[in-house]
Formats: sequence, structure tokens, C-alpha cells
Amino acid sequence: MATAHSRSAARLMISPAVILLLGWMIIPLSMTIYFSFLRYNLLSPGNESWAGFDNYRYFLTDPAFFDAMGNTFILVLGVLLITVVGGILLGLLLDQPFFGQGIVRILVIAPFFVMPTVSALVWKNMFMNPVNGLFAYMATAVGLEPFDFLSHAPLASIILIVSWQWLPFATLILLTALQSLDQEQLEASEMDGAGPINRFIFIMLPHLGRAITVVILIQTIFLLSIFAEILVTTNGGPGTATTNLTYLVYVQSLLQFDVGGGSAGGIVAVILANIVAIFLMRMIGKNLDA
Amino acid sequence: MARAVSTRRKLIVTLLAWTIGIAIFFPILWTVLTSFKTEAEAIASPPSLFFFDWTTENYAAVQSRSNYGLHFSNSVIISLGSTLLGLLIAIPAAWSMAFVPGKWTKDILMWMLSTKMLPPVGVLIPIYLMFRDTGLLDSRLGLVIVLTLINLPIIVWMLYTYFKEIPVDILEAARMDGAALWSEIIYVLTPMAVPGIASTLLLNVILAWNEAFWTLNLTAAKAAPLTAFIASYSSPEGLFYAKLSAASTMAIAPILILGWFSQKQLVRGLTFGAVK
Amino acid sequence: MKRFANVLLCASALSMLGTAALAEEITIATVNNGDMIRMQELSSTWEEMSGHTISWVVLEENVLRQRVTTDIATGGGQYDVMTIGTYEVPIWGKQGWLVSLNDLPASYEIDDLLPAIRGGLTVDGELYAAPFYGESSMVMYRTDLMQKAGMTMPEAPTWSFIREAAAAMTDKDAGIYGVCLRGKAGWGENMALLTATANSFGAKWFDMDWNAQFDSPQWKEALTFYIEMMNESGPPGAANNGFNENLALFQTGKCGMWIDATVAASFVTNPTDSQVADSVGFVLAPDNGLGKRGNWLWAWSLGIPAGTQKAETAKAFVEWATSKEYLALVAENEGWANVPPGTRTSLYENPEYAKVPFAKMTLDSINAADPQNPTVDKVPYVGVQFVAIPEFQGIATAVGQQFSAALAGTTSIDDALANAQALTTREMQKAGYPK
Repeated sequence: MATAHSRSAARLMISPAVILLLGWMIIPLSMTIYFSFLRYNLLSPGNESWAGFDNYRYFLTDPAFFDAMGNTFILVLGVLLITVVGGILLGLLLDQPFFGQGIVRILVIAPFFVMPTVSALVWKNMFMNPVNGLFAYMATAVGLEPFDFLSHAPLASIILIVSWQWLPFATLILLTALQSLDQEQLEASEMDGAGPINRFIFIMLPHLGRAITVVILIQTIFLLSIFAEILVTTNGGPGTATTNLTYLVYVQSLLQFDVGGGSAGGIVAVILANIVAIFLMRMIGKNLDA
Repeated sequence: MARAVSTRRKLIVTLLAWTIGIAIFFPILWTVLTSFKTEAEAIASPPSLFFFDWTTENYAAVQSRSNYGLHFSNSVIISLGSTLLGLLIAIPAAWSMAFVPGKWTKDILMWMLSTKMLPPVGVLIPIYLMFRDTGLLDSRLGLVIVLTLINLPIIVWMLYTYFKEIPVDILEAARMDGAALWSEIIYVLTPMAVPGIASTLLLNVILAWNEAFWTLNLTAAKAAPLTAFIASYSSPEGLFYAKLSAASTMAIAPILILGWFSQKQLVRGLTFGAVK
Repeated sequence: MKRFANVLLCASALSMLGTAALAEEITIATVNNGDMIRMQELSSTWEEMSGHTISWVVLEENVLRQRVTTDIATGGGQYDVMTIGTYEVPIWGKQGWLVSLNDLPASYEIDDLLPAIRGGLTVDGELYAAPFYGESSMVMYRTDLMQKAGMTMPEAPTWSFIREAAAAMTDKDAGIYGVCLRGKAGWGENMALLTATANSFGAKWFDMDWNAQFDSPQWKEALTFYIEMMNESGPPGAANNGFNENLALFQTGKCGMWIDATVAASFVTNPTDSQVADSVGFVLAPDNGLGKRGNWLWAWSLGIPAGTQKAETAKAFVEWATSKEYLALVAENEGWANVPPGTRTSLYENPEYAKVPFAKMTLDSINAADPQNPTVDKVPYVGVQFVAIPEFQGIATAVGQQFSAALAGTTSIDDALANAQALTTREMQKAGYPK
């Protein structure tokens, strides 16, 4: 169907986007690769020297590196789990007829518009603070000891904050997908005597597959580089309990101003992100073609 | 046959949905309420929900300390500018991927998305040095460029999934009439694609508005958007909950209102081709 | 006639051009601390006086530090005046990144600066930043709670007295905690307190060959003491409390004692912000009988990056903001208690200022700190609560994370110290020490 003419036109039209992104990726990345082989501290300029693989060796043997890998993994998975399951449940609920649907949807969608820094600041100070926070007040009001969220369940607290921000996104996509479900098919199955659980498993869930994949893909992209929430609430601590890879690279390059080490960390993070990307793309590619 | 819904069931669903909706919205509500309290009242125990002496002193304090107008207009310029520029680049790309798919189309698309997974911290120093040498530090233009590039993959993908739903027959018909490529785009495709473009625009304005890494690290005074404005209230000396709340409210209100008013368009675009 | 008018017009246009070229806009980066916010408010006076304008970048301390350091190290040139501390100045000065302020006019009275503070901002005889306010640390305590506990605070308490008093003042049911100390990880947060405290226990960061010393019994004693005392008498969530969080706690009457920056004294005694304003006492930071007190020395200062095009205007501003006249201006507007403290001898000789309850204790604390000889033993580094080497902030923040985790109870004291020792040794090796 496509003519040679339209093919070359298509190539022409796609090239600005491809060239720009290629430039955006290659130029800084090659500089980063170069820096990663240097002993280069921003605070002692003029002392740059070839370091070979030293920076990589130090980064990969850093005990914090393994913690960061684990934390990144738990953070991404935790948020995905909460938002996908929560999103499905919420989508099912909001799909039912009830009074004030429009307003409730506005309420549910709202957290998505809030800046990550703002939401982290608000949660940390006004809710989770063990002395002046609202949760502490509620705990003491019912006679409990206030729980110190950010010291004793730091990663879980961050997962909670991030999930709050992303739940609306998941809910909206899943709700839209549910709304496009063929009503007749549902009714037919109902008449066949399928219970609500069976209906959910055999009709709704397969229908939602595509939407769930999309939610996972988009969220993973953003969740891998979660940063502001950690910086604002826990600074990666206590210890390394909430340090993810992005934060670890930040510590190296902007707290220690060790550009060499930070760059090596950055390259490691890029490689890992790409492994995840390939894995995700496989999964998505299959699901999107179908 | 419409499903009959008993009133009782509807009432229960209403109650449940409202409870959850309010719970999810509560942190925002609480922030807005706190912004009208005095600092002492903001941490008072027991806290009061509505019955306190409403005051606007925090807004006055924030206004006297920072140039909200400047930060606000920077946010508008940067988020709109980067989104429009992104659309300009992405529309032709998405169009050709959707209608003239080649062997590599899917791979290009996936590769584009994967560039979004690069951790920004890893490339901050190189970008900073490049910006310094080109005089782009603390300029709106510089931020527009960076945010365009960052959100370009998402824009391309959203548009691609949208364009794919446009029936090819219409295009074929237009071609048979001898319509040139550009007129095909302008007269046939664009009207059908407008809703998709609108929702892409909305989502990306929101993403750019809330972007807090590059906007914070590449600006100082002149180009600093609202993300930088918030950073000056994040943990000052003394009691600060009320002022923080006021600043937060000022930073999120514009985008929240925009989002609410355009939520229909936004929701339509948010599907990323997930709904067929 | 017409021609004359033209000439006049030209001349006036030229003269306008002249003033336009003279009036500059400078960009100032500063911390969102109370004194700096006041400086921002009062700076319109300077703008009117000089004809120049200022655009302000006011940020939280950590964000600010990262931004100005990146900018100055890469020569970004985004700022004309930077707010920096006694940690940055020696390092940056040595690199030649700052404009020397030795040529400030005689009216500035450079010799009026407190010697301890001035020394910390001088490298090889050149003053590289002008002190905006100076601080040490001291004990702030609630006189009413102390009385209720039936104890009397000595002028120069020991650590064991502090611990005893903290336990006696604590009433957890009433939400009163005997002692509030920093626990939030960061080289400028918990590590400032812990390094200064450790000094008084005889501990040190490095020996003369730059070997990390966290495996020493002195560090173990210091850290154990801190954590045990905080567990007995500290507030919940202490591992996330920094200066600001503790200030809020103290101001709302939830702390019996608070050992922190002297500059906090004016906030806790300010009746509009503080609920306990009229019952606060001040004494020197505690010691452990080894001849060193656990107090630090810091000065937030204004420095001018060497790359700026507007050095003269920037200098004029720095001169104004750190001058005697500025102190008088603040006093006139806000009262003497709110004057930025700890920079000038003349301020402490001023009879008006002597009436301020914390004036003497602030000066005594500043004079009791000795950055050149910070610890009991001899060490190869300068700095009381920090070690003035570029690698320090990264290392100390990581160590701070370990100690913060130990305070939160997620790591044991021994593990925290072992981790601190290992990571410090690693980082120092990586940086190529001993140099």
C-alpha cells in the first residue's frame, strides 16, 4: 500500500525526532562514559587522571550498591502492585452507577497533578511526622504510641507516597478500559450463571490485559528514576534503607562531587535500566500487537 | 436490556466511592485548609478541620518573599513551550510510524521509550557543562529544549497509538483524490487527530509542570519555575507548616484546576492505546 | 533652537544610557534561614541606596549547597553572591574560586570581625568571604522544667549531668522529652553535633596519617552515650530531626534541653514564634572532663565567585550586608535580639546588645571553639565539626546515615561504627589519601 514516495516522506518526517533523541542520548552519554574512566572530583579540578576501571570497581563493590538494587526493585514492584490492584478495584467501583460520579472522579484524579516535591513535603511533615503529624495525633487519640513512619518503615512510607501519586493514573486507564467492555458479553455470561468472581477472572481480566501492560510500562519508566520523594523525605536513609540507584548516583556525583564515580554509577544504572527496558518491551511488544 | 440496579446497591456504592474519593483527596484538602491557618494553629493538637480563624497571612508572607508571578509565568512558558515544540517534532514522526510502518517502526518506538529510562543524575554534569558553554544556563529556552527531549518519547508514543486508530481507508480515499502529503495531513488527518493531540498536550503540560530535577538544577533566578519556588519553603527555620501549605497550594492550584476542567480530554488520551 | 533641542535630547539620552549601564542586577543565592530572609526583606534599602537591583535565589540548605558548588566548580557563572560556610571557604579559596575581600574600605572595619570567625574565612592571609552571622553551639534549656525536676543547671555542664537532667525532665505522657538532639543524616546535620560531641569524648575523624578512627573506643563511647540518652529521653522520630525540626519541637514546648546552634537562641526567645520564650536559659555546651567542649564553630558568609562580571556591585552588597550599619538597621526594625549574631566585636561591646539574654553565652561559646586544634589529640585537619577536605561532605553524609540508622534502632551501634570505618577507609583510599 505504501508507495516509495510515501516511504521516503515518512523517513523524512520521522528523522527529526530520531536525530534529536539520538543526540540527546549519545552526546551526554559518551561524555559520561569518558568521565567514568577518569579520577575526576569537581572540587579538585586540574587533578583529573586516567583511572581505568577503578570507578566501576568501587561502585560495584560498594555495599550500598546492592542495597540500592534491592530497594529499587522493591520500590518499583511495590508501587506497581499497589497501583495496579488498587486501580482495578477502584476502577470496578467507579464503573458502577452512583450519585456524584463526576465529583468523585475529580477527587480521585487529583493526586496525579501534584508536584512530587510538594506531595513528599506534605506527607512527610503534615501526616507522617511522629510529633506534629496528623497520623501521630490520630494514634494518640485512640491511645496508641505514634508510629515513626520514616524511621521504622522508611521504604514502605515512600512506597505509600509514590503509590498515592500514581494510583489515579492507573485507575483512570483501567477505568476507561473497563468502560469499553462489551456489556452484552457480560450479560450473556451472567445469564449463563457465572458468578461475579468468575466474570471478573474470565471476562474482565483478559480484557484489561492490555491496559495493565500499559500501566506497568509507563509507571516503570517513571518509577525507576524516583528521586524527589526520597531526597525530600529520608535522604536515602536511615542507613541505606531507602537509597535507590538514582539516589546513589546522586550521592556520588552531587554530594561527593565525584564525577568519575558518579558517571560510572550512571553507566551501571543505564545498563540496568536497559535490561529492564528490553524485558518490558518484549512483554509490551507482544501485548500491543495482539 | 439495561441492567436493573437496586437503589440500595446504588446507595452503598455511592457511600463507598465517596469515602474512598475523599480519603484520596484528603492530603490536598488538608494542605489547602492548613494554608489558611496560623502557624500555631497548623500544628495545634487537636487539629481543627474547618473551625479555626481563617487567615490569608501566609499567602501574604509568601507573596512578599518570592516573586510568584515570575515563577508562575516561567512554569507556563516552559511547560507549554516544551510541549508545543515536542508536538511539532512528534506529529510527523508519529504520523509516519502509524501510517507507513516499516520493518523497524516498533523497534524505533521502543528505543525512544527506553531513552526515558536513563537516570537524569547520571548525565547532569555533562549537560551542565554543555549549557554553560552555550549560555543556556538559567534560560527558559534551555529548559524548553531539555523538557522537550525528555517528554518526546511519551508524546510520540501517545500520538502513535492515537493515530493508529484512524481508519486507513479515509487516507486511501484522500490519496486517490490526488491529495498531496501535506494537505492529506492538514485536511484529513488533523481534524480526526485533534482530540488525541489535545490530550497529549494536556498530559505533557502536566508532566513538564511537575518536572523537578532539570528545572531545579539548570536554573537560578531568571528561569526558575514553581518547582524552585517550593524549594525555598521546604525546610526553613521555625514553624513552617502553614507557609509551606500556602506555597504548595499556589504551586499546584493552576495545574490542578487545568486538570479538572480538561479531565474528559485528558482521560481520553491517557489510554495510550490500551483500550481498543 | 530645534538643533539645540536635539542636542539636549541626545545628551539626556546619553546620560540615561550612562546610568543604565551603571545600574546592575546581581543574583544572590542564599539559604532560607530566618536571618537571610530578613536580609532579603531589608535589601530594598540597599537597592534604593545604590540603584542596583537584586534577584534572589532562596533555597533549602542542602539544595543550595549542591547548586552553588556545581556552579562554582564548573564556572557556570549563574550567581554573583553566594552564601557559603566555613567549610567551603578554605577549600574554594585555595582553588582560587573566590574574589578576595582584602580591599574592602577602611569604613568596613575589617579588624572588628571576631578573630575566630575571621580566621575561618581566611586562606593565606586573604579574606575570601564576609561573615553574615557566626554561631557556635550551646545548651538551651527550659528553666521551668529544670526547676520542676529539682535540679540546677551549672554554667558549664558535663555530659553526665545533661543525661541525668534529661531523664528527670522527661514526661512522655505529657509529650515532654528531656533532650532534643539532631538525628537527621547529613554532614551539616547529625554529623555536626556528633563530630563536635565526639571531640569532647576524645574521639577524632583521622589520625596524623589520615587513617579513619571509627574503630576507636572513644567513638564507641561517644556514640553509645548519644544513642542511649536519646532512647531514654529523646522525642520519637529523632532520627529524622534536624535543626529545623528540633527548633519547632522546642518552640512548642516539647523539649527540656536542646544542644544546638547559638543562633537558635533568638528564635526560641522570640515571643511571636515561641511558646516558651520567657523560660529559656543558656549554658555552654557540655564536656567530658578532657579539656574540650562539644561545641562547634560555623559562619554563614557571603562570598563572590571569581568568574562574576559584576564583582564591584557584588562587593558593594556584601559590604553592606555584613556591615555595622546593617546590624543597626536590623536593630532599628526588629530589635537587638534579632540582629545577626557572632560576627563583630563591637556588637558585643554595645551596651544595648548586652541586655540580650543570650549575647554573652554566644560570644563565650564562639571563643571556646578552636578549629585549628579541634580535638584532644593532634590531627592533620582543620575544622571543629567538619574536616576541611573536599571529600568530607560525601563521607560524613554516608557516616551520618549509619549513625542515623543506629539511632532509629535499625542498625546496632557496633555495626554502624564498623560500617562507618569501612566506608571512610574506602572513600579515603579512592581519593588517594594520605596525600
